[in-house]
Amino acid sequence: MFDFLLTFIPRAIVQGIPLLYGSTGETLTEKSGNLNLGIPGIMYVGAISGVIGSFFYESSLPSPEAFSGFLAVLITLCATLLGSLLMGLLYCFLTVTLRANQNVTGLAMTTFGVGFGNFFGGSLIKLSGNNMPYLALTNTSMAFRAPMPGANTTGWFGSLFLSYGFLAYLAVILSLIAAFVLKKTRIGLHLRAVGENPATADAAGINVARYKYAATCIGSMIAGLGGLYYVMDYASGIWSNNAFGDRGWLAIALVIFTIWRPNLGILSSFLFGGLYILHMYIPTGMDLTVKELYKMAPYVVTIIVLIISSIRNRRENQPPASLGLSYFREER
Amino acid sequence: MANKLKEPLIHISRRSVLPWYQSWGIRAGAVILSLGVCALVTMLTTGENPFSVFGAIYDASFSTQRRTWVLFQNIAMLLSVSLAVVPAFRMRFWNLGGEGQMLAGGLASTACMICLRDVLPNAVLIPVIVVCSIAAGAIWGMIPALFKAKWGTNETLFTLMMNYIAIQLVSFFIIVWEMPKGAGQIGIINQNTEIGWLPAIGGQKYLLNIIVVAVLTAAMYVYMNYSKQGYEISVVGESVRTARYVGIKVERVIVRTMIISGALCGLTGMLLVSGTDHTLTTTITGGRGFTAVLVAWMAKFNPVWMILTSFLLVFLDKGAGDITTKFGLNRSFSDILTGIILFFIIGSEFFINYRISFRHSAKKGETDHV
Repeated sequence: MFDFLLTFIPRAIVQGIPLLYGSTGETLTEKSGNLNLGIPGIMYVGAISGVIGSFFYESSLPSPEAFSGFLAVLITLCATLLGSLLMGLLYCFLTVTLRANQNVTGLAMTTFGVGFGNFFGGSLIKLSGNNMPYLALTNTSMAFRAPMPGANTTGWFGSLFLSYGFLAYLAVILSLIAAFVLKKTRIGLHLRAVGENPATADAAGINVARYKYAATCIGSMIAGLGGLYYVMDYASGIWSNNAFGDRGWLAIALVIFTIWRPNLGILSSFLFGGLYILHMYIPTGMDLTVKELYKMAPYVVTIIVLIISSIRNRRENQPPASLGLSYFREER
Repeated sequence: MANKLKEPLIHISRRSVLPWYQSWGIRAGAVILSLGVCALVTMLTTGENPFSVFGAIYDASFSTQRRTWVLFQNIAMLLSVSLAVVPAFRMRFWNLGGEGQMLAGGLASTACMICLRDVLPNAVLIPVIVVCSIAAGAIWGMIPALFKAKWGTNETLFTLMMNYIAIQLVSFFIIVWEMPKGAGQIGIINQNTEIGWLPAIGGQKYLLNIIVVAVLTAAMYVYMNYSKQGYEISVVGESVRTARYVGIKVERVIVRTMIISGALCGLTGMLLVSGTDHTLTTTITGGRGFTAVLVAWMAKFNPVWMILTSFLLVFLDKGAGDITTKFGLNRSFSDILTGIILFFIIGSEFFINYRISFRHSAKKGETDHV
């Protein structure tokens, strides 16, 4: 049993990290009153931007010996942050400045982002010139996946807690910071005020548009890192089209599951990761059909949480009051 | 003191309702502008001149009779789902579950085609298929509505999750019914007997679907604009409090409307499975449940304008698909083009709803005050 957990938990955690990034980013965004349904697209764009950055870095090298892990990580991270920042800015420009409908904008961004990822992914695969339907960036991925020191020498402790790449720890740190900022700082208080009632926040002298822009753009950048983690760490640097799947929507589900609290997201995302791969570990014998039903688990659990939190109707567990609505000062 | 006040360069104010020709003029302008950007993007990626690109887009839909039929079939299916989500959206109920409701309908008709093929004669089976798939879609749409009506559960996220449950349910049954065993797909159902297939009117297998959707469009227009229920939906959408005040049972309207919405999605799923594809896959819906949101929203939830917007999206999608094969690009290129066009149309709504005045005109207003 212990051995089973030792293999299962690390795999659940690496499954959960992209979801954790996505849900931390989306929580920040939603706290400002923006329901960004473009997160799945943004995660694709974040992933492919990183892949593009690392591809051009790897292919610009005169020889494989010149490869520098630090530079590769830096370039890839910057490319990802830039790509997802641009998507966040686009969303803000349309919904905050132009006051467009958030659901429609988000869905259009998901269409665009997934298309963008698959198009440039496909083009890079072609550029790389091999006949495989995927692109392998093994060197950069090695730099991303380097485990913490001591992972191999400390036995079960090492494999449970130290065996991940640095992006996994960054995800946990970011969500703790997000929880702290939201709950304990003045900036967080202002941000929550903007999400609950922008007119009141405006009257109190808070710059609503600036908070919405900042929260949504930072949220997009965090979500983009989730896409990058998936490609570089989970998938070992192998990009193949549509491999990321529906994880973006699962990240949005996780926001509800955690009732808008990033610190709860850490354990919940690992739980979701576990549910996502549960079907591989359930002994069903030769009957493969049942596995398809186990794959429903994360979605069913999300719906149950959604229902329970709406039935209990406690004020601190509700979505931000102005979630999904644009704010226009002259419209009262 | 007064002239020390900082005056913003741009002043934005809400417009009163624009005449329809002006607002559609702005939208048309946005489409033309976005096509320009699309042409630029295509030029940069293919190196082809934009006119031959637009020629290729046109050819993709109209060069042969067969392609035109496929174009109209795709428009009909997209329009059908869009019609289904309209009543929900008018009520401000964000039904993002079109995909799942379609799959539920498709699954029900597949189940009827497979399980009842030896039990019922074809003439009885087809009505059974129609009823079952409509019921399946209605149930799938009703579940989130019940919770929304009773406890105010967030419907956007609930319907979204229901999509994935439906997808997993379909992939479960695909393995149950896979043909041959181990293939991982159902294949064409009843290929030899054609039991449970909708009749092909005049030898055109798409004609029946197109007629059904045309009738649905007219019916939905009448329902939304001239029926009591349609009026109730608009009142609930405008203000739940007003609706309660005038004695509309809001909960009942929510559930009833979502049953209609889900039922039409289920019907669309049936048209796809029994009408044209004669098989069931998890991707049979082709993302139409999401695209329908955009189609309906772009047309301001007006069924007649939706013919135009669904035509636009399908036409461009087919065109972009053709370009990609012609120039050896990736199929996803069409998603990028669709995205660009949508961004422009979404952005153009701002200029329909708001007036922008610059500083000098504001100054004029101030001197009038003095």
